[in-house]
Formats: sequence, structure tokens, C-alpha cells
Amino acid sequence: MHELSIASSIVNTVIQEVKTRNIKSVSKIGLKIGALTDIVPDSLQFGFAAITKNTELAQTKLLIEIIRVKGYCKKCQTNFEVMEFIFICPNCQSNDINMNQGNELEIAYIEADE
Amino acid sequence: MPEKIMIEKKVLSENDILAQELRKKFQEHSVFVINLVSSPGSGKTSLLEKTIGQLNDKLNIALVAGDVQTENDANRLIKAGGKMVRPIVTGGSCHLDASMILKSIEQFDLAKIDLFVIENVGNLVCPSSYDLGEDMKIVLISTTEGDDKPLKYPGMFRRSSVMIVNKTDLLGFSDFELHTVKENAKKINGQLKVFELSCRTGDGLPKWFDWLVEQVAFKKSDNW
Ligand SMILES: Nc1nc2c(ncn2[C@@H]2O[C@H](COP(=O)(O)OP(=O)(O)O)[C@@H](O)[C@H]2O)c(=O)[nH]1
Ligand SMILES: [Mg+2]
Ligand SMILES: [Zn+2]
Repeated sequence: MHELSIASSIVNTVIQEVKTRNIKSVSKIGLKIGALTDIVPDSLQFGFAAITKNTELAQTKLLIEIIRVKGYCKKCQTNFEVMEFIFICPNCQSNDINMNQGNELEIAYIEADE
Repeated sequence: MPEKIMIEKKVLSENDILAQELRKKFQEHSVFVINLVSSPGSGKTSLLEKTIGQLNDKLNIALVAGDVQTENDANRLIKAGGKMVRPIVTGGSCHLDASMILKSIEQFDLAKIDLFVIENVGNLVCPSSYDLGEDMKIVLISTTEGDDKPLKYPGMFRRSSVMIVNKTDLLGFSDFELHTVKENAKKINGQLKVFELSCRTGDGLPKWFDWLVEQVAFKKSDNW
């Protein structure tokens, strides 16, 4: 269950931001999670709730935006959405594909009360 | 009024920074580094035992073996003749992270190492998010698993450069088809290099050894 360690990395980063920016409380954390990261949103929510219980982030909501996988065909330069993780160009059937997005695992924003 | 503050920071940025530090250290000494991942029991330790047995005279090999609870794998590697072996007991964690590797290499003199092998914790999900400063991830799958595994764990197969299919001696005892696993893997990652071998019979191992020696030489060359 690595969602627990992901959750604790999120908490550490946010707490740091709270300190350096002198924020009173955080109501929301906006996450961007690529579809290819193998992270299960429900497990992440569960892990986050578990480790923030009785802390300053106990009331904080995690908002997770799943980023779809997009590819770029190196052979014919087509940009396309990768469906079901099949990295094959819909235009020329090449499998030499760069990944443009879908690997994200980032804290996009926080919503804070001053 | 609530205020939206843009952060735009990678969740694992701390791990990424340490991984870059590791990569730089390995690069300074031209150490070729592989991060070996698989489900439990696919044969990571077996492959490393064979690799040590064959290449110990040719290459200076250092290995770290990650395990949730025991040091068994590290002990097997030492028994197989491994001269520089360290266990990393994660104490429950389902993956290795860069800080664990940094700690483990304190005891090694990188100048005296050609090949550094990380046997990750047996798991096809969690290790894929954690960069360990490796040159490549190598994913191992055995013929006693499903040949649809690449489709079930696309993240790991996409991030790996090499797929090793182990236990080919057991082909025919299940519905596992070599061509199906390769087809599935290439759908996820068309550039994946594939080895088919059996640690039991030794079939296919020479190709793996030759390739590994080649990669180590390549890392030391100016073309890297
Ligand atoms: N039949 C057969 N068994 C193998 C082969 N390679 C490994 N094994 C067995 O598979 C089991 C798990 O191997 P191990 O190397 O410990 O896997 P790990 O958990 O990935 O490190 C052991 O009992 C090995 O003897 C192989 O090529 N053929
Ligand atoms: Mg093992
Ligand atoms: Zn194309």
C-alpha cells in the first residue's frame, strides 16, 4: 500500500507550505495524478484521512484530478490520447511513442484560510 | 475568503532530488545501475545468483537486496559468491526509496564497482513511482504468472527498459504463452527489450550475461 507513503509525502509538503506562508488552515489540497501512476484514488483518500486524523489537516479535503495519458508518435508526429494504456499510434500503428502526460504526481494547489 | 495558492510541486520531489544525487555519484564512477522489479517469487534472487556465478571474475558487482522483513535474499547472494552485498530491510514498506539506497552505498567504494544491482521489494505497483537513480528498470515475469500481467501493471512495464521472462522450463504447464506476453508488453512499451530464460536449466542465460557485460562497457565508454 504505497498510497500511505504518498499521503505522508503530501502531508509533509503541505505542512511546509503552511509554515513558510503563514497559513492558518488548509481547506483543500488539489492533486494532479497521472493515470499511469498506478495510484488508487480511494486508497489515497483513505491513507490521507488516516494519517491526518487529530492533526491540523483533519478537516482538509483532497481533490484528485486524474490526468489522462497522452502520447506522441515519433514516426508520424501524431499527438493522441492513449486508451487503455495501449501505446500504439492510431494513425500509423507505430509503437515508438513518447509519453506527453499521464505520469503526474503533483500538488497543484491548496486552498487556504488566511 | 478562502484563497487558492498554486503550489505545482511534485509529491515525490524529495525522493527525486536524492535520486538525482545518486545518479550523479554513479555517473562520476561510471557505475551501471539496474533496478530489478517483479512480483514475489518470479526469480529475481535466482537470476542474480546465476549472474554472480557467471560474471564475478569479469565484473565488480555490488548488490542491495530489498525485503520487507528478512535478510534471506542478501544471504543467498553472499552464498552465491557476491562480494559486495547489503540487505535493505524496509520494515513493512512495499518499495525501496532513494534515501535507502543512499544509505546503503555509504559502505561501498563506488570507484571499485562496475555494476550495481538493486533487487527491489517483490511488488509490481509501488516501486514504479520511486526513482532510485538507476540507469534502467528491469521487470521480471515468470511463466507461472498470467501472460496478461503487462496489461494489469502498465505503469511498471512502461517505465522499464527490459523485460525478462523467467522459468521458460515450465512453459506448457499452464496457459502462459510466450508470444502473448510479448505482444501484451509491446502494446504498453514498444521499445522494451526482451529476454527469455530459465534460471533452472540455464537456457537463455548467456544472452543475458553478454548483454549485461555490453551495457557495463557502454556506460564506461565516451558514448554514454
Ligand atoms: N522451475 C523454475 N523455478 C525457478 C526458476 N527461477 C527461480 N525459480 C524458483 O522460484 C522460486 C522463487 O525464486 P526467487 O529467486 O526467490 O524469486 P524472487 O522472489 O523474485 O527473488 C524459488 O523456489 C526458485 O527456485 C526457473 O527458471 N524455473
Ligand atoms: Mg528475492
Ligand atoms: Zn504514427
